[in-house]
Amino acid sequence: MDKTDTGKNSIIDRIWSFFASVKLAVIVFSCISLTSIVGTIIEQQAASENNIKLLAKIFGISSAHTVYGVLDYLGFTDMFNSWWFIALLFLFAMNLVICSIERLPVTWKLVRQPQKPLGAEGFGAGSPGREVVIKANAENAGNKAVEALKKIGFKGEVVKSEGLVQVLAEKGRYSRLGVYVTHLSILLILIGAVIGLKYGVGGSLKLLEGTSSSTARANNGKDFPLGFELRCDDFEVSFYPESERPKDYKSILTVIENGREVLTQEIGVNNPLTYKGVTFYQSTYGFFPNREALFKFSVMPMNSPREDVSLKFEGSFKVPGTNMSVKVADFSPALAVNSKGDLFTFAESMINPAVFVEISEGGKVKSRQWILKNYSDTWRTPAGVIEFKDLWGAQYTGLQVRKDPGVWIVYLGCLVMAIGLYIAFFMSHARIWIRVKEEKDKTRLTIAASINKNRIAFDHRLDRLAAELEKTKS
Amino acid sequence: MDSSVFFGVATIAYILAMVAYIAYLAFRGGMVGVAATTVTIIGFVSQTIGFGLRWKEFSAIGGMGLLRSVPLTNLYESLVFFVWCIILGYLIIEWIYKTRSFGAFVTPIAGITLAFISIGGVSAEIQPLVPALQSNWLLAHVTMSFIAYAAFAISFATALMYLAVNTEDRRSFPYIFWTATIGLFAGALVAMSIDFITLKIAARSSQAFIQNYLFKATFRSEYAAVTAASFASLGGFVFLAWRYGDALRKLILSFSVTPDMLEDITYRLIAIGFPIFTIGGLIFGAVWADQAWGKYWSWDPKETWSLIIWFVYAFYLHARQMRGWRGNKIAVLAVIGFAVTMFTYLGVNLLLSGLHSYGGA
Repeated sequence: MDKTDTGKNSIIDRIWSFFASVKLAVIVFSCISLTSIVGTIIEQQAASENNIKLLAKIFGISSAHTVYGVLDYLGFTDMFNSWWFIALLFLFAMNLVICSIERLPVTWKLVRQPQKPLGAEGFGAGSPGREVVIKANAENAGNKAVEALKKIGFKGEVVKSEGLVQVLAEKGRYSRLGVYVTHLSILLILIGAVIGLKYGVGGSLKLLEGTSSSTARANNGKDFPLGFELRCDDFEVSFYPESERPKDYKSILTVIENGREVLTQEIGVNNPLTYKGVTFYQSTYGFFPNREALFKFSVMPMNSPREDVSLKFEGSFKVPGTNMSVKVADFSPALAVNSKGDLFTFAESMINPAVFVEISEGGKVKSRQWILKNYSDTWRTPAGVIEFKDLWGAQYTGLQVRKDPGVWIVYLGCLVMAIGLYIAFFMSHARIWIRVKEEKDKTRLTIAASINKNRIAFDHRLDRLAAELEKTKS
Repeated sequence: MDSSVFFGVATIAYILAMVAYIAYLAFRGGMVGVAATTVTIIGFVSQTIGFGLRWKEFSAIGGMGLLRSVPLTNLYESLVFFVWCIILGYLIIEWIYKTRSFGAFVTPIAGITLAFISIGGVSAEIQPLVPALQSNWLLAHVTMSFIAYAAFAISFATALMYLAVNTEDRRSFPYIFWTATIGLFAGALVAMSIDFITLKIAARSSQAFIQNYLFKATFRSEYAAVTAASFASLGGFVFLAWRYGDALRKLILSFSVTPDMLEDITYRLIAIGFPIFTIGGLIFGAVWADQAWGKYWSWDPKETWSLIIWFVYAFYLHARQMRGWRGNKIAVLAVIGFAVTMFTYLGVNLLLSGLHSYGGA
């Protein structure tokens, strides 16, 4: 933008200066913050009763419906997706871009400009101790100054101009660009978010063990195709001892494409599966008792080899090498004993799965007992050791499904932001000038310096520089 | 020896250090100052060992490896770590600025916090983690957020001190602002202490504590009279701070701190806290959320309020750098920044989750 144009005050100039103004920045910052606060109070994308109940607490029951109607009309019930909130974010982005473009040329000039010798006035207010007189001629003293600078991590250069000798050293000139890198990263994140909103889709999928699906339920309630089929082979959940807190849960998933199994992978919380741009996250699980589920046992009769059996509810199997048969008569996902010694089921998930079996010999029931998956001493039966391994097909895995082509740009933006912040806050532009002035058989070295941040640490370094120069005296 | 022994040593050391720092202010003796710093360092080292031991205990119980066992999952541990960060920050300031003036302020906060935690029933009960928290991101995200919170907390204190030494007129906005802030803050701290003593809750998860216990003995009491009395006392605190703000001003002035130094410390702490908060709190949080829940940003209240913190401090930095704001204006911004931070930590869970059913980390 050419500065001489601004006098004409064309429409474009006015729009430009509107977006470049600090006032706009303040207004946009405040608007985003204040509306966001409202957005955290009003429950987003929720059933209207929840919010009406909440509003009734604040405004009274009589006006709650009216207030809700107004808020709903204004988009506050789903404000982070509303046109005006997105417009605010857009204004924020425009403001950021145009302010950066306005200031970049000045900074760029500063960054491109190599360090120049300092005028006499720059050395005027030399602080005490920042001046050293050494016994050497100017050339030697200059070299000694370069060496001393090297000791504090600076690369010095002797410059002669108009009979004056100065040693110049500079560091981190490009750190002045850190703030622009940070601004760019915000833009990248916003662009990635827009791509995600436009081309991405999010939803969920519940799969019972052994079943598969080629669609998932989108957040808007519609089904969307995955482009392949996903099957849940198995689901396992483990709990912390003596508690209902889940310790870990995981699913084994298989991707089927054109009738062929392409990929089998175990996923868990914090460990998703990605296939063809669609990512599946382990989010919930549940217990769904049904007659198709299979009870899996491992049977070890006295005189026969171990054998695996699986059967449905109320089914039975014959124990090899005996004439006894075992029937599944009852099941509890979470068996417990109360203080009176009665058995009961204490939870709806498979915390302590137990199966009740009837063992009969020659058609007559011989004994009945509970076999618990997690307690091996309950596996002993008159027909040998019967291990209850799993109830397969009665648990479902709850998956979050997401397809977001913009997420990589967001990640890139995050990386750029981390780099930009590091440069902007932890690096600084430091410049040192040492004036070399020959006086008879001695040379006077005067230090001047400037830094744009972290002044105190820099001062310590300058003290060290002076001390290094002092050492060369002898 | 287990971690609580070392935390006990640290508590005693901080309280002794407080005495030494006050004596230092009174007598200005060189040796007293060295002794105060030494005792603080002993407390700090002891607390560090305690923290490391607790980390090991946690990993042994959880069985999840060291990286995933950082002991920062309940209120007790969070407060201990917060105290640790503040003492570390203080020691760095003492070293850089070569002043012991803040010691008399900081060590009592550290000592009293640790003492309250142990009175409140330390019960080194270690709670196992739910699967969503079993991630390597936990360590980076939580520790960096806390370091940033601690930096903001100290900047809040120095900004308040700046306002205190810089305002005299009881009718001016900055005076009312800083005295009201101190009054509200002191009132809230006293109320929390009462919670700790009466309800014995230190070992709960911070989520559960904030929702079910915080201010239950005072502002959120079941008895209307207690609630009313609590709010009246809060008003009393504000009035006292306003009425006797001048005495506080003289006290701070007697520590021989200059306004320039206070402003410089405030700025530098925010300049350190802001990038750490952005990277550790926002970016690592987003990456973790992306891996655990499949959404890097979902505008939940905690995230939204973190973004507001970010906006306030970004505004502070730009106002100072680009607009050249100095003095009371910028100090007020720094105070607001930490108030928003406190609201994000406590208020979001207390008020917003009380109304809704937000869970999660």
